[in-house]
Amino acid sequence: MSMTVNEVVSRFGDRRLHDDHDHDQEGMKILGFWIFLVSDCLLFASLFATFLVLRTHIAGGPSGKELFEMPGVTAETFALLTSSFTSGLAVMEMRRGNVKRLIGWLIVTALLGLVFVGLEIDEFVKMVSEGATIQHSAFLSAFFTLVGTHGCHVTLGLFWMTAIMFQLARYGINAVTQRKVFIACLYWHFLDVVWVFLFTVVYLMGVM
Amino acid sequence: MSSIKDFASHFFVTGDPLIYGSDVAIVLVSLAIIFVLTYFKKWGWLWREWLTTVDHKKIAIMYLIASLLMLLRGGIDAILMRIQLAFPNMHFLQSEHYNEIFTTHGTIMILFMAMPFMFALYNAVVPLQIGARDVAFPYLNAVSFWLFFFGALLLNISFVIGGSPNAGWTAYPPLSGLEFNPGPGENFYLLALSISGIGSLATGINFLVTILKMRAPGMKLMDMPLFTWSVLASCVIIIFAFPPLTVALALLLIDRLLGAHFFTMAAGGNPMMYINLFWIWGHPEVYIVLLPAFGVYSEVVSTFSKKKIFGYKSMVASMMIISVVSYFTWLHHFFTMGAGADVNTFFAIATMLIGIPTGVKIFNWIFTMFRGRIRLTQAMLWTIAFIPCFAIGGATGVMLAIAPADYQYHNSYFLIGHFHQALIGGVVFGYLAGLYYWWPKMFGFKLDERLGVWAFWFWQIGFYVCFMPQYALGFMGMTRRIYTYPDGLGWGSLNLVSTVGAFLMGVGFIIQVWQILYSIKYGERDVTGDPWDGRTLEWSIPSPAPLYNFAVIPHVKGMDAWWMMKQEMKEKPAQIKPIHMPKNSGIPFIMSVFFFIAGFGLTFHWFWMGGFGLLGVAVCMFIRSFDYDTDYYITVDEIKRAEAS
Ligand code: HEM
Ligand SMILES: [Cu+2]
Repeated sequence: MSMTVNEVVSRFGDRRLHDDHDHDQEGMKILGFWIFLVSDCLLFASLFATFLVLRTHIAGGPSGKELFEMPGVTAETFALLTSSFTSGLAVMEMRRGNVKRLIGWLIVTALLGLVFVGLEIDEFVKMVSEGATIQHSAFLSAFFTLVGTHGCHVTLGLFWMTAIMFQLARYGINAVTQRKVFIACLYWHFLDVVWVFLFTVVYLMGVM
Repeated sequence: MSSIKDFASHFFVTGDPLIYGSDVAIVLVSLAIIFVLTYFKKWGWLWREWLTTVDHKKIAIMYLIASLLMLLRGGIDAILMRIQLAFPNMHFLQSEHYNEIFTTHGTIMILFMAMPFMFALYNAVVPLQIGARDVAFPYLNAVSFWLFFFGALLLNISFVIGGSPNAGWTAYPPLSGLEFNPGPGENFYLLALSISGIGSLATGINFLVTILKMRAPGMKLMDMPLFTWSVLASCVIIIFAFPPLTVALALLLIDRLLGAHFFTMAAGGNPMMYINLFWIWGHPEVYIVLLPAFGVYSEVVSTFSKKKIFGYKSMVASMMIISVVSYFTWLHHFFTMGAGADVNTFFAIATMLIGIPTGVKIFNWIFTMFRGRIRLTQAMLWTIAFIPCFAIGGATGVMLAIAPADYQYHNSYFLIGHFHQALIGGVVFGYLAGLYYWWPKMFGFKLDERLGVWAFWFWQIGFYVCFMPQYALGFMGMTRRIYTYPDGLGWGSLNLVSTVGAFLMGVGFIIQVWQILYSIKYGERDVTGDPWDGRTLEWSIPSPAPLYNFAVIPHVKGMDAWWMMKQEMKEKPAQIKPIHMPKNSGIPFIMSVFFFIAGFGLTFHWFWMGGFGLLGVAVCMFIRSFDYDTDYYITVDEIKRAEAS
């Protein structure tokens, strides 16, 4: 009958050795994720294009200048940029092999991400309560969709990071968890970069 | 009570005998399937061997079956349309029904027939051609398949539940917007395409990584078989083209479900935005499905001429050029919509430029055949038939690309003639050639030649009889998507001829179905694993390939690796080691069911059901994330036993 991986490892030593096509599975997943990020970039590019076409189509409703409150947005930006930094610290601790600190920095990252999402929801709620809804104008449709898509990405990242933290607590640092942390942090940095564009194109250009 | 009746009459499509007939057929077929599976106690087998499989060869077979069924469905749509148009003033279909049928025909043929047929070939061939045990991400591969499957299912049930989409396969707003199209039909379209689109993107990533990272030792990029090259080019386009489609569909869905204004004129929306995003995907999509067909032709021509392919490097270069330039042509789909002369000129020239690399490829195929020892097998027949057919399709394409002239025949039957010539003559012929070529490798027996030749001629004659008159009809002023036409315009006889052609192709298809059934019983078994005296690695292993593909991974020294090995008469080195394999998983299937539930709920604006489905998807992903026991080893003994048998 077939053997489980553990049996093979115990009988033949290191499993990588006997993986005779010797493809680095974890490395391939990282490459796959990079390619996924390329396609995600194109997704955001399409949304940005739509936003740029529609940003002046306010249909008599409020424009960005009237709606955006820069202090809140700046706080959001600050939280997210910091979280990107702390996720970098997490990866550094992982390289050092320190699980506790790795999890610690991931928790800090996730909390900052949570602050970001919270502030964004607060912003959205305020806008909606002022009557600036997605149904109001093409500009607002594009605004909520573009910013909301980014927000959904961040939220997804939070769930993902949480799942990884549990796995780290259970399995410690190994090839698989290492790859997972690496990919999640890559994703997190990517969202950061997208946010920088968002901040510039949507908010700064909006209030100018 | 009456409210239930009321609900049912909105929920189920009523009032058309054709649809009642389909209702009965669907119920009967479902009951038959359930009965057979229960009677023969096959549920466990179905689950273990197929629904949970992560084996790329089985996934290929499932894609193939699904796409042939969709070819049948799309073909029935086509025949119904052609019957309706055969005579002036026909009353065979109601006008709304006609709208739904041309919409589902176009959608199904491109997204649920051509795409899965292509993925069937990807899965059946690529890992074997590059000497790999599997694709890069076997689990993701299963996810892709089930997403496609349930996306297709979602579109297909619209026929009897809720009503089909009816705004054309392009679903342009404002016609497809809520205001002019309040029913669930367009929601079905948008959600079905979104769900299957995620799967397609994942397949693109999967095969790109597979090709880049899993080639057998020694196989350089410029040693890869041309089919693998064509898949690589096609995957690159998938990765770049599908995100804009996702966005276009999502925005239209947001308009329809949440009342946003991306594409409604009233609150500042802009329908042209949709049209641009759609065709940024839509034009490259044509090359996504076409390039693998080119890959098939290259393999077939080389094998059955017993020669190395002529101009290998120029073949590769032309495919890569096509994959880039196809990005700069999308606007030729709406020259007439007011972009202005300079923009039109840019896109007209870009479009015409594609003809150059395509021409290079055609000459290379011809030069490969020149002085070759040609064997006219079925695969070769389809390949040879493709060349003139595609040449005409290309010529009419260039005619359409002349922007000012396009004002004349835009949206006329000339266009219908052109793109069917490209899609059938280029894509379908190519996939059929691939089907005949790789069938023995997939199933272990050949398809009957005699029946195949009959089918071939029915298709060929039917094709020209059907589509040549359409060019003329276009010039005579007949527009596309027309439901009926009055007497006295002189369109009647040409339309009748065209319908006869469609029936001839239908007969060809039926013969092919018969050919498959007949060959399962009587087809010549392939005991050598190399029935065509092939040149590439897939022919170096038994047919059908064992679970692990290669007992020992080959070392490649150059192009046409298997041919070289055969020339050197090298025997295989014997040292077999345990093989690392991924475990089956039920999650891809279950997760896709939840996607289906979400899609179905959102179609009817039942947000609770949409939310429930998406929650299910999330839970599935979560569970999978915690699963660390995802692979196992096949022992040396087992491999030896399998190789000996
Ligand atoms: C096999 C024989 C086929 C026949 C007889 C056929 C026939 C037709 C007919 C009668 C129409 C409607 C024209 C109109 O009234 O506007 C149509 C439209 C279309 N067909 Fe086919 N077709 C065939 C195969 C295919 C294939 C293989 C594909 C794609 C791979 C395809 C893609 C389309 C598309 C995209 C449309 C346009 C639908 C729309 O206007 O929204 N067809 N076809
Ligand atoms: Cu095009």
